[in-house]
Amino acid sequence: MTSDEHGYMKVHPGVVRVTHWINVVAMAIMIGSGWRIWNSSPIFDFSFPVAITLGGDPATSQDVHNELGLAGALQWHFAGMWLLAVNGLIYFIYGIWSGHFRRSLFPVGPAAFIRDALTFRLPHRLGVYNAVQKTLYLGVLVVGVVMVLTGLAIWKPGQFQELAFLFGGFDTARLIHFLGMSAIVLFLFVHIALVVIVPKTLPAMITGRAPAHTELQETAA
Amino acid sequence: MSALAESKGVLRRDAVRTIERRAFLKQGLSLGALTLLTGCDVTDQDSVQTALNAVSRWNDRVQAALFTNRLVPTYPESAAVKNFRYNAYYGEDAVPKIDGATFKLGLSGLIDNRRPWTLPELYALPQASQVTRHVCVEGWSMIGKWTGVPFRTFLERIGADLTAKYVGFECADGYYSSIDMASALHPQTLLTFKISDEILAPKYGYPLKLRIPTKLGFKNPKWITAMYVTNRFPGGFWEDRGYNWFAGI
Repeated sequence: MTSDEHGYMKVHPGVVRVTHWINVVAMAIMIGSGWRIWNSSPIFDFSFPVAITLGGDPATSQDVHNELGLAGALQWHFAGMWLLAVNGLIYFIYGIWSGHFRRSLFPVGPAAFIRDALTFRLPHRLGVYNAVQKTLYLGVLVVGVVMVLTGLAIWKPGQFQELAFLFGGFDTARLIHFLGMSAIVLFLFVHIALVVIVPKTLPAMITGRAPAHTELQETAA
Repeated sequence: MSALAESKGVLRRDAVRTIERRAFLKQGLSLGALTLLTGCDVTDQDSVQTALNAVSRWNDRVQAALFTNRLVPTYPESAAVKNFRYNAYYGEDAVPKIDGATFKLGLSGLIDNRRPWTLPELYALPQASQVTRHVCVEGWSMIGKWTGVPFRTFLERIGADLTAKYVGFECADGYYSSIDMASALHPQTLLTFKISDEILAPKYGYPLKLRIPTKLGFKNPKWITAMYVTNRFPGGFWEDRGYNWFAGI
């Protein structure tokens, strides 16, 4: 990675940055509306606080639509899915085609993970990931794919019945869809916590550039 | 402390809280904050609602394009729930009580023979059974056994225009819904008389329920009193309240 005449180096390609921030919006829509949908028929005995769900004011909805905001949540979820899918597709095609995945996320294996994690060897330059980061990023990408597939399976258990069968049937696919959300939210907590600990990772994901002298050893997102 | 000073104190505390809140929003592009920003009130704005409705219409078209005549999975009879869940937007005590002896199914629209049908006439039609999964828009699902006349057979018998776009239903409880012709003609779409091998109990839609396993539960109207064939988009009770119209599974 070379720095330019101002001492800055490019750490995140433009496509990665744009798809990252579009994905932030898509995630907020899908998770917020998903929580509201969950509330209408929870698998486990708990509900998400309505204030952090998406789908319109439940009281208004009760007055106007005679239901507690499920329709709005479903509308958001099935609109957000297009944003998520198209944006995700662009990201994956770019990642494979440009070599971004190969360069940034591979090679990674259990040995490297254990070595980096146990020895707390978590040094990195912005945009260059250690084995723990690679594992987490790859993991959340795999979960993302599983979310899209289980989402399709429970949206269309008839038309895409092979997909539903692959995930153990409608009810199991629904459970996996919920567990996948949980994994993503867990990832987001770690992801955001690390940005708070190392704040300079945030402007780098916006501008794509970081001062070349940040090649210091530290723990970061 | 005077009332004024007290209220100033309250104001100051509020101001501090506001600043704290701002700091929170600024630092943490957290999911919760984002959800709050995009959430709640936004949905109720006309422009947002218009956009969401437009996407829902687009999703109708996508689903119609995806739709094929392939059968949904069927299950062994042992998988069928005997005591099926009661489901409507009101309590079980408000269920319509229909007198089968005087009941007549009204027909209108693009149908050659619009003569109303009595129950004995309907029961005399060829019948089929299915054990399929009822999937509710809320997320729960339940496997049941339904018996009735294949809807295609009935549409052909009454001389319905099978090239028309929609079939609409009106129900004794004021509920109404409609389906696309392709789904109406699907081999597993039944005009049902029975659930679990017994004539539909009042709470299950006596005397007529549409069983359409290729669609979500709310597209399976109960207590049907009239149906019509049309090219004008008929909408539906929940559909007009924001549920996706095609609602295919």
